[in-house]
Amino acid sequence: MSKQATGTAFGALLRRDFLLAYRRRAELLQPLVFLLVVTTLFPLGVGPSPQLLANIAPGVIWIAALLASVLSLDSLFRSDYEDGTLEQMVLSGQSLALIALARIVAHWLVAGLPIVLLSPLLAMWMNLADEAVPVLIKSLIIGTPVLSLIGAIGGALTVSLKRGGQLLSLLVFPLYVPLLILATSAVSAAVVELPYTGQLGLMFSGLIVALTLAPFATAAALKLSLS
Amino acid sequence: MPQDSHMISVSELSFERYFERVFEPVSFDMDAGSLLLVTGSNGCGKTTLLRLLAGLLEPSEGKIHCQEQPLYAGHNPAIKDDLSVEENIIFWMNFMGTRETNRGKELCKRVIRDIGLTPVALQEGRTLSAGQRKRCSLARLLFCDEALWLLDEPYSNLDPEGIAMLDDILKTHLEAGGSCIMTTHGSLRPEGFELQECHMISGRERYAGVAA
Repeated sequence: MSKQATGTAFGALLRRDFLLAYRRRAELLQPLVFLLVVTTLFPLGVGPSPQLLANIAPGVIWIAALLASVLSLDSLFRSDYEDGTLEQMVLSGQSLALIALARIVAHWLVAGLPIVLLSPLLAMWMNLADEAVPVLIKSLIIGTPVLSLIGAIGGALTVSLKRGGQLLSLLVFPLYVPLLILATSAVSAAVVELPYTGQLGLMFSGLIVALTLAPFATAAALKLSLS
Repeated sequence: MPQDSHMISVSELSFERYFERVFEPVSFDMDAGSLLLVTGSNGCGKTTLLRLLAGLLEPSEGKIHCQEQPLYAGHNPAIKDDLSVEENIIFWMNFMGTRETNRGKELCKRVIRDIGLTPVALQEGRTLSAGQRKRCSLARLLFCDEALWLLDEPYSNLDPEGIAMLDDILKTHLEAGGSCIMTTHGSLRPEGFELQECHMISGRERYAGVAA
């Protein structure tokens, strides 16, 4: 009700999301297994030549991360929408943007962070040059929150649609394009020992823009979906 | 202004969906401590009216003058299948932030006892029966401090014991100066209350009458 309660609401929502994620851990593992499987398929499809794999590694790992992140986006607001939780949250008088931000933070911690942690393994599989691995990790640390932030807008827009999953990917993939270009270009630059801070800096500015605007856009989209 | 003394006043309120009026315009005033029963057949717009009053929908015509945000308990129970009854209630108590957290556990125990769910307090939401879910969703009446309640078919799925329990909760709320707007399609009505009644007519029904 009051402004002081906003922080507790944020904390309560985060705690609930972690508890739910723990209870539904099988659901949580699916995107990660998907990420591993997609990356494993590439050497089988394009041939196991180490040089070829090293060349395509940045793109493959990033595209697999995009796909894995989109997989988990559809459920970001859906269950809360279907059981009436979202309705009650909107009516509670708490800031909807803050509620959206709490969901996004929780989503990144359970879906984005594991991708970052898995990336050294993926880099090894794809024979990525050792000096490029830290850059790949950095690009994922900066990039995966942006995936969650932009994805949340799409998730909120499609939450009231029965089969919103496909539309969701059509909506968010074009918005992921700049991120993909910058990230893969940074990692490729690191492989040939060129400077890559420019790309990472641009990605970081993208993160800040998304962090400031996406919660409000998500809140507006949620309001729209509920009426 | 005399209008401000009412807890909620509604004048000539109607709502259009796809350019068709959902229900005929509704007007009423409510004071503290009163109960309004909204009746009407299935599909006549009772739920739509409550969603309008809650602020989930924007009225197409007419005005709602409400002193503060009401509490809305609709058909969707807002219960997580993967959380236990206790975890669900504690989450909502913390989220609403109406009580201090250190008293939370005790208050939660009392709320669960008052709604008669103590035996299933540790069971997951998915294992609850329809009536138990209804009781669990009504729990928020006990820990939120809104003065105006909007209850959508609160008696549905409840057993006689549950109905008596709800009547008790309602009586306490009205005596404390709260008010309540409740919908019912007719078969179950709150007993032993002084109440206003508002009968709703669906927009379609009127056009059907004109055509005939």
